[in-house]
Amino acid sequence: MSTPWRDEVARVAALARIDLVPEELDRLAGDLDVIVHAVAEVSRIATPDVPATSHPLPLSNVFRDDVPVTPLDRDEALAAAPEAEAGMFVVPQILGEDA
Amino acid sequence: MAADDRTADTRPRAGDDLIRLSAADLAQALTGGEVSSVEVTQAHLDRIEAVDPAVHAFLHVSAEDALDTARSVDRARSAGEDLHPLAGVPIALKDIVVTRGQPTTAGSRILEGWIPPYDATIVTKIKAAGLPVLGKTNMDELAMGSSTEHSGYGNTHNPWDLDRIPGGSGGGSAAAVAAFEAPLAIGTDTGGSIRQPGAVTGTVGVKPTYGSVSRYGLIAMASSLDQAGPAARTVLDAAWLHQLIGGHDPLDSTSLTDPVPDLVGAARRGAAGDLTGLRVGVVTQLGGEGYQQGVLDRFHEALEMLTAAGAEVVEVSCPHFEHALAAYYLIHPAEASSNLAKFDGMRFGLRVEPTEGPVTAERVMAATRGQGFGAEVKRRIILGTYALSTGYYDAYYGSAQKVRTLVQRDFAAAFERVDVLVSPTVPTTAFRLGEKVDDPLAMYLTDVATIPVNLAGVPGISVPPGWPTACRSASR
Repeated sequence: MSTPWRDEVARVAALARIDLVPEELDRLAGDLDVIVHAVAEVSRIATPDVPATSHPLPLSNVFRDDVPVTPLDRDEALAAAPEAEAGMFVVPQILGEDA
Repeated sequence: MAADDRTADTRPRAGDDLIRLSAADLAQALTGGEVSSVEVTQAHLDRIEAVDPAVHAFLHVSAEDALDTARSVDRARSAGEDLHPLAGVPIALKDIVVTRGQPTTAGSRILEGWIPPYDATIVTKIKAAGLPVLGKTNMDELAMGSSTEHSGYGNTHNPWDLDRIPGGSGGGSAAAVAAFEAPLAIGTDTGGSIRQPGAVTGTVGVKPTYGSVSRYGLIAMASSLDQAGPAARTVLDAAWLHQLIGGHDPLDSTSLTDPVPDLVGAARRGAAGDLTGLRVGVVTQLGGEGYQQGVLDRFHEALEMLTAAGAEVVEVSCPHFEHALAAYYLIHPAEASSNLAKFDGMRFGLRVEPTEGPVTAERVMAATRGQGFGAEVKRRIILGTYALSTGYYDAYYGSAQKVRTLVQRDFAAAFERVDVLVSPTVPTTAFRLGEKVDDPLAMYLTDVATIPVNLAGVPGISVPPGWPTACRSASR
């Protein structure tokens, strides 16, 4: 059954690239409803005069010396690939998906 | 007593006696040549074989690798080489720590069978110091949970009562240490995942200062909150391990450049029992309603011990801590939903093709993630994606970041008055398996007292003041 939260979960699941079966959509719709209401208090506490903090350390532009090192071996990097060929990852069709 | 008798009394013996020694005592016995690393490592492997079918702390046991390391440490010691003080003391690693040549799943089916081609920086340090790695410990899938019930490979049991949770997400590491399967273990703490398992298993867990331990090679969940740290049975052991894994790492752009302080020395000074001049703040907001009476009783006993040792104990109000949980459950899922985008079935891990329709990259990604992720991970990705999506970003994620500022300000104001803050680690003792697994909000509330520390980036430790509850402190 279509409900606002169920539709919202379906929309977000598509953005997040996760296939959900109908039972999961139902359960997550209920969960999201409860959790979002529980965490909504943040918008009441956060007044416009408070700056946002995205990170505990005030770091910016962190650089290190540009030292050449031995990179990860290509065959080792590819060893865990679901599919590899000629030293490259093989992935499913990425162009013309909407066709 | 004759000298020979005294040697007989104190000399660690193979088997049960050996596994009950602290890491510091094992290190001393190894250094003194009273026992070999092979004996110590084999004793722990025997223990794992005996009790882990019931506890299920381990997802993978690397017996041969551990014994190889032990043998090489023993040879180096015989040759008179200069070794790290912990050389030969075995250790367990949470399965979120990338370990070359060993299965690393982070408790998720989406990484089943993945053998990493590189080591996390903390693993490099552990291997260089000669600690035999016993194996990889169980955890809630991708570190999302407070009970290990969300592991893709079955839950861990609390060794003190097998019907109860060992905490989470690092329940495997805490249970391994509590069950004498390992003297030391590595955990990771994003909202309490080292400290809460420590609290409910009667062990010590430390969440180091953000940036003080490298995050390179930890499978990232919430990058602005994640931090690896030690699990141990004593504060001194935790300090030894913390000292080993800490320090600047050029491979982690958020790594602090400060040198690692003398944590072992600090642990020893603390153990001397004189806390004169230490100002301790009891957080008003962490201790009232919702906390079990037994937890509060043990906590107050701990405060009396601090006072008796010379500390000045005062109450400190941190008004925004009450909103830390709400902010965390927006910031954490938001960051996780982004970090977990890499599990897409393209370069490593599980790949699932859709059962019908065209097999395109996008549809393979959705099918892979739909099948590979468990319920809690999906719940948090959905929540995080929702909080970041157009129209909701300012109200949820943006507001949560502002609450984070307010929590940091509470800490800063408190540290004007006191040196450390204390509270119970968890509102309750270990709950029964199954009790909260279908009620996400109840599970999230478990982390109410541990989360403020992660939001602010300050360090926190959980110590068992009077089993089975724990007391937590945070400091600058």
